[in-house]
Amino acid sequence: MATLPAAVSPLLNDPRVRTPWSEFWRKFKRQKVALVAAAFVVLLVVVALAAPWIVPYDAENYFDYDALNARPSPAHWFGVDALGRDIFSRILMGARISLAAGFLSVAVGAIVGTLLGLLAGYHEGWWDRVIMRICDVLFAFPGILLAIAIVAILGGGMLNVIAAVAIFSVPTFARLVRGNTLVLKHLTYIEAARSLGASARTIVFRHIFPGTISAVVVYFSLRIGTSIITAASLSFLGLGAQPPTPEWGAMLDAARSDMLTAPHEAIFPALAIFLTVLSFNLLGDGLRDALDPKIERR
Amino acid sequence: MAAYIAKRLVGLLPTLLLVGFLVFMLVHLLPGDPARLAAGQDATPETVELVRKDLGLDKPLPQQFLRFVTGVLHWDFGTSLRTKRPVAIEVGSRFMPTLWLTIWSMAWSVIFGMAIGIVSAVWRNRWPDRLGMTLAVSGISFPAFALGMVLMQIFAVDLNWLPTVGDDTWRHYILPSITLGAAVAAIMARFTRSSFVDILGEDFIRTARAKGLDERRVVIKHGLRNALIPVVTMMGLQFGFLLGGSIVVEKVFNWPGLGRLLVDAVDMRDYPVIQALVLLFSLEFILINLLVDVLYGLINPTIRYR
Repeated sequence: MATLPAAVSPLLNDPRVRTPWSEFWRKFKRQKVALVAAAFVVLLVVVALAAPWIVPYDAENYFDYDALNARPSPAHWFGVDALGRDIFSRILMGARISLAAGFLSVAVGAIVGTLLGLLAGYHEGWWDRVIMRICDVLFAFPGILLAIAIVAILGGGMLNVIAAVAIFSVPTFARLVRGNTLVLKHLTYIEAARSLGASARTIVFRHIFPGTISAVVVYFSLRIGTSIITAASLSFLGLGAQPPTPEWGAMLDAARSDMLTAPHEAIFPALAIFLTVLSFNLLGDGLRDALDPKIERR
Repeated sequence: MAAYIAKRLVGLLPTLLLVGFLVFMLVHLLPGDPARLAAGQDATPETVELVRKDLGLDKPLPQQFLRFVTGVLHWDFGTSLRTKRPVAIEVGSRFMPTLWLTIWSMAWSVIFGMAIGIVSAVWRNRWPDRLGMTLAVSGISFPAFALGMVLMQIFAVDLNWLPTVGDDTWRHYILPSITLGAAVAAIMARFTRSSFVDILGEDFIRTARAKGLDERRVVIKHGLRNALIPVVTMMGLQFGFLLGGSIVVEKVFNWPGLGRLLVDAVDMRDYPVIQALVLLFSLEFILINLLVDVLYGLINPTIRYR
């Protein structure tokens, strides 16, 4: 390396070099609410992973026939359901299902959607028209309807629900990434890369893709909340997880008939969904504020 | 304006056809023989063949698709496998309750959502903003079916102010439309706030203030009109959310609408009904978006003549 001008060297020796990561962290840690939400998400993930070893009772096969519909007590923290099962154990096991459904479906949707978006945005023309037309058609099915139609073809069950919700997320990511790609590809540094003889693949994955990541990350977090609600809704409708699976939406559906005598059977699964989705949404909001340069001036 | 609407209508045709094709393919994507499905599990091979001929399932696919489209254009969706009645009749009586439910939800969620959004933007980072945005983020995080159960328990069962299920009077609409609209109100509030915050930072707002207008006039006359433009687009998208959400809410409140019919049809594998409903929901969504686009053209003249 050539000798650097004297004015530059102190900057290089400064340990506080501003990398994208440190910039992100500097802005993110100022947002106390998002930090708490992130901590809660981490806690949820740990609970979900450890659930089979920490549940006090078997979530599906333990029946306490002397305590049907019992209210919360030291023995059963969240009470007992109509079949004598421990609700606390079922909520913990349910965290596994809901987090897996939310994360897997959005991950598949984000990967496929990002690839399609890069393809459409970079090549434009024919690719673009076909991919965007497919997205238009997928967007023409309102909300949860597409997922219900897919479940109608594939049949019920949690795996099919995840597939349905994944397909449901693809067009959102495809549009988002396509929009970013269209902007990025006309910037000077892309032109420079092209004039150096970089292949289309290098340009797309090394130079354009990193520019879309921050938007994808924000959407990813916000989308997980939506997907958890969608998956729980399908189970609530009886089209998703089947009994005795301890899925939160299915638990709420089962609790409907006992609302009068045993409201706790509905309250705890409802709270579980609410707090989980809320923490992902707050985390997503925090990520957006930390990653979006336009936010600074507000 | 008429030319703009016509252009938009023509632009919709490919999407409509593709949606129709997907719905048509639904039956053919299912595992198993569609003719046996229609004839029932216990039908003899002869009956299955008769049904196959009767439904035109022995013809090549393009011809079948043509027949399907012709049928739909004549409001003929076939016969329900479960009730053996024409699907059009099954669907017809369920259409209005769902439409009214979504319209009521939209109306109040736009009013409340925008009001909360404007208040939050004007008192940005002060307590009205914090309260409004806390409500909004809770609104998008609380699943509709849980909210419906809670509202029903409190206002219908414990307090006995409102009826629980059914759609007989206007009072029956209150709880279901609040349940359905809550998430949309929350999204509208967040969106209106950010749109308004952008507008309030514009130069023409500073000019309006500089020439001595009082703050109320600045917000309502200069801010609101411009902030509304993106909000209207958002409304169209949110209608899809409402139509989809009505499926869940109808189950909670035992609402005699399309959503419950759809869930029952999926449960019973009644494919002609599923096809008709998926098509109808999508068509409604597409038409509402067209309406919103036209509205958008009306309030934003720059977009009209492109």
